Amino acid sequence: MTDLTYRRPVSTWWWLKKRTYFVFVMRELSSIFIAWLVVYLLLLIRAVGRGPTAYDDFLDRADSPWLIVLNVVAFLFVLLHTVTWFNLTPQAMDVRMRGTRVPAAAIIASQYVGLAVVCGFVSWLVLS
Amino acid sequence: MSDSISMRVVRYRPDKDREPGWQTYDVPLRKEWTVLDGLNHVKNEVDSTLAFRWSCRMGICGSCGMNVDGEPRLTCATFLSDYAPGPVRVEPLGNFPIVRDLVVDLDDFMEKLPRVSPWIIRDDDVTEIDGEYLQTPEELDAYKQFSMCINCMLCYAACPVYGLDPEFIGPAAIALAERYDLDSRDHGARERLDVLIEHEGVWGCTFVGECTRVCPKHVDPAGAIQRYKLKAAHQSVKAFLLPRGAR
Repeated sequence: MTDLTYRRPVSTWWWLKKRTYFVFVMRELSSIFIAWLVVYLLLLIRAVGRGPTAYDDFLDRADSPWLIVLNVVAFLFVLLHTVTWFNLTPQAMDVRMRGTRVPAAAIIASQYVGLAVVCGFVSWLVLS
Repeated sequence: MSDSISMRVVRYRPDKDREPGWQTYDVPLRKEWTVLDGLNHVKNEVDSTLAFRWSCRMGICGSCGMNVDGEPRLTCATFLSDYAPGPVRVEPLGNFPIVRDLVVDLDDFMEKLPRVSPWIIRDDDVTEIDGEYLQTPEELDAYKQFSMCINCMLCYAACPVYGLDPEFIGPAAIALAERYDLDSRDHGARERLDVLIEHEGVWGCTFVGECTRVCPKHVDPAGAIQRYKLKAAHQSVKAFLLPRGAR
C-alpha cells in the first residue's frame, strides 16, 4: 500500500524557532567554552610550574585584546552553563528527607551555597 | 472584543495535495470557546471536509493535541480568546507524519510504548485470587505524578531530539517506564532498564526540557528521563566494577 502520509522536514534552524530551544542550544554550546577554560587553567598551571619568566609570558599573552574578548565570552557562557544546570538539577534528582521531597528551590539554593563556599576557599587560597 | 477570529488551519488531502497548505476560516469569538470549539464550528457549519481528532473535550482523552501558534497544546484546553485578535495558527502536532489535515500518524509511538513494558511485572506467582496488592499512600505518591500521562503526544511534538532522531524512544514512553519502576508492586525495573539503557533509550535525551514544559498533566517526562540516566549510569558502573554474581 502506498504511504500517503506527509513527513515534514526538520529545518536546520529549528533552534531559532523558540526561545527555549535557543537557550538549550546555547547551554550545549557552553560546554566548548568550559573546555576552553579548563585548557586555559592547565596552561596557567604549567606556566606557574615553569617559573617566573613563563608566568610573566602567560600574563603578557593574557593581555592581548582577542584573548580578553574570548575569555569574557567564555565567562558569560560559564555563567549560563552554571545557572541553567543548577536550575535543572531538581528535575534530575529526587531528594527526599524523612519521606518528603525536598523543594526544588532548596536544592537550587544549596548549589549556590556550595559554589560560594568553593569560590571563598579558592579566593582565600589565592589571595592569602 | 471583536465577535470573530480567524483560524489559519493546515490542510493536507493526501489524494489531492503534494504538501500541506493553509486555509483560513472565520469563527465566532466567544469567551468560553476553545480552539477545539472553533474547529468543530468549522466542521459543522463551514467545511465538513476538515479532519481532526477529538473525543472528551475535557483534557482527559489526549486526542485533540495540535500545534496552536507553534506550541503543542490540547485544543480543548486552549481558549480562542487568548489569541485575540488573531489569526490563530492551528497545525498538526509536530514531528509526526500527517495523515490528513490535522490528523497525525501515531504508529511510531504505539510500536515503542510496549517496549518499556508499561504494566506491572511480578517475579512471583501471586495472582488476583490471592488478593489485591496493598499499597500505602506514600507508595502511591512515589509514582502518581508519572501515572497522570494521557498519551497526548504533546511531549513528542515538542521534543527536538525526537524530531531529529525518530529512533529515540521518547519522553512519554520513558515517563511511563518510570511510573511502573516506582510502583511498589512492580518487579520489572531491570527488564525496562535493559531497554532504556540503549542509545535510543534515555541517552538520546539531551535534556531540552520542552517535554515537561508542554505537558498538560505536569508529568515531568524530562525529570523521569534524567532519573533514569542516573539509574542507567549506576548500573553501568556496577557492571564494570562488580563480579557478575554481585550486580
